[in-house]
Amino acid sequence: MAQSYLSLEFIDKTFERNGTKSDVLKQISLGVDKGEFISIIGHSGCGKSTVLNIIAGLIEATSGAVFLDGKHVDAPGPERAVVFQNHSLLPWLTVYENVDLAVSKVFRGKRSKAERHDWVMHNLDLVQMAHARDKRPAEISGGMKQRVGIARALSMEPKVLLLDEPFGALDALTRAHLQDAVMEIHARLGNTMIMITHDVDEAVLLSDRIVMMTNGPAAKIGEVLEVPIARPRNRIELASDRTYLRCREAVLKFLYERHRFVEAAE
Amino acid sequence: MSVTQLNPKEDKTPALSAQVVAFARPRPQKPLARQFARRGRQMLAAILPPLVTLALMLALWEILCSGPTSSLPSPSRVVSESWELIVHPFHVGQGVDQGMVWHVLASLQRVAIGYAFAVVAGVALGVLVGQSQWAMRGLDPIFQVLRTVPPLAWLPLSLAAFRDGNPSAIFVIFITAIWPIIINTAVGIRNIPQDYQNVAKVLRLNGFEYFGKIMLPAAAPYIFTGLRIGIGLSWLAIVAAEMLIGGVGIGFFIWDAWNSSLISDIIVALIYVGVVGFLLDRLIAFVGRLVTRGTANA
Repeated sequence: MAQSYLSLEFIDKTFERNGTKSDVLKQISLGVDKGEFISIIGHSGCGKSTVLNIIAGLIEATSGAVFLDGKHVDAPGPERAVVFQNHSLLPWLTVYENVDLAVSKVFRGKRSKAERHDWVMHNLDLVQMAHARDKRPAEISGGMKQRVGIARALSMEPKVLLLDEPFGALDALTRAHLQDAVMEIHARLGNTMIMITHDVDEAVLLSDRIVMMTNGPAAKIGEVLEVPIARPRNRIELASDRTYLRCREAVLKFLYERHRFVEAAE
Repeated sequence: MSVTQLNPKEDKTPALSAQVVAFARPRPQKPLARQFARRGRQMLAAILPPLVTLALMLALWEILCSGPTSSLPSPSRVVSESWELIVHPFHVGQGVDQGMVWHVLASLQRVAIGYAFAVVAGVALGVLVGQSQWAMRGLDPIFQVLRTVPPLAWLPLSLAAFRDGNPSAIFVIFITAIWPIIINTAVGIRNIPQDYQNVAKVLRLNGFEYFGKIMLPAAAPYIFTGLRIGIGLSWLAIVAAEMLIGGVGIGFFIWDAWNSSLISDIIVALIYVGVVGFLLDRLIAFVGRLVTRGTANA
């Protein structure tokens, strides 16, 4: 079979705790093209973060495999950079040093010191955080921290950028700003991106395709929805766009009619 | 300082700010003086209460011990009896007849050596126990038993092993200080957030890079808690150990003074011990604040 740029093939994940097995993921298969923006949406506890962690290599799949650019991947690496939900900046390093930690590690021996410095600054510029280069994470706002987290991930020049509910902890206005920033970066760099989210609007606004997951245990991919909206997208114009509203409705129906979140399943 | 006082930038209207500068010139000393006054008040608020307490305690002590049958000297008698000792801290004499500063320095040197060994070994063992499930299962119960052994109980054993007073005292310091350092380091390592570990994994940091760039800074607040407890215990133990091994040192000085019935000298020595212990604690806390700046509250 013709492989996609990133492909997940028949991923199963079973967690075992105190002798009792629980199926988390069942037969997850997904192909992602180069430059595509994919959202994975589902109710909390459905295992969508587990999918992302398996792609990142932070969790091992019980069976099945992940291929990136034709190669089997089973351990974490900078070509699958992660933007963590809670930014995960190292609090004892400045903004610059946090990005530099990644740049120095990934490009040591490949680029000169001056080139590495320029690359750090370039990525900070990309997320408009160059002005705060000498601040520590404790001194900047949540949205700014997440921007730096994105800059750190981008600076690794990843083949796939993995975003784990990147805006979940932010207020609505900050979130909108960051969504615009991510759209802009995606347009400029053409990265392949996979984002976990539970926000329907966010998924429709940003994605080329939305992967909808059924509720756990043994969650699987319920449906994949194409979002045929031309880029660049503008959130204000889209608010009354027919296609946008249709996509939004489709996701809402999937989540709240057919696969309603059952509290007892937790 | 006067620049911050004038600070024309903060004024909204430029016309007004020019006026402020013009008016301020004839009496530039006033804001400075006011600032000094404010600083002075702050200092007073910090220093006055302990001074008052001290004065009250001294007064009470003076009253309680001023009777002719009193077994302990009053403060005034301490000063008069130990006047030589108090005014000649740098006195150099024969054998153990040294000024207080030399006794304290001798003790500090023993503490420094024993404590330095304890820091290196304690952090290393703490990292091992914090990192490895098996090391923890194997070592932790043993540590928990050994750490309850009182410091002085180790002294005869170390005297038997080293056959010399000085290394024995240093060993007692080592064995006293190492437990809190091990235990706190291990807790700090075990509490490194999963997120930082994930960052390290995605970056493929190797063992050394992980140790230096993630593990030590992340555990630093815990490690310094251990270091602070450790230095306090060291200073507690050195006085007792020195009483037994003899030679120059604050512990033996106290013992010697007791044997010579120089109770006033003992009191002077206790003040030295207390002040030095306080300074040691503050020193480690200060270094800890420098090293862990930013880490503790993020």
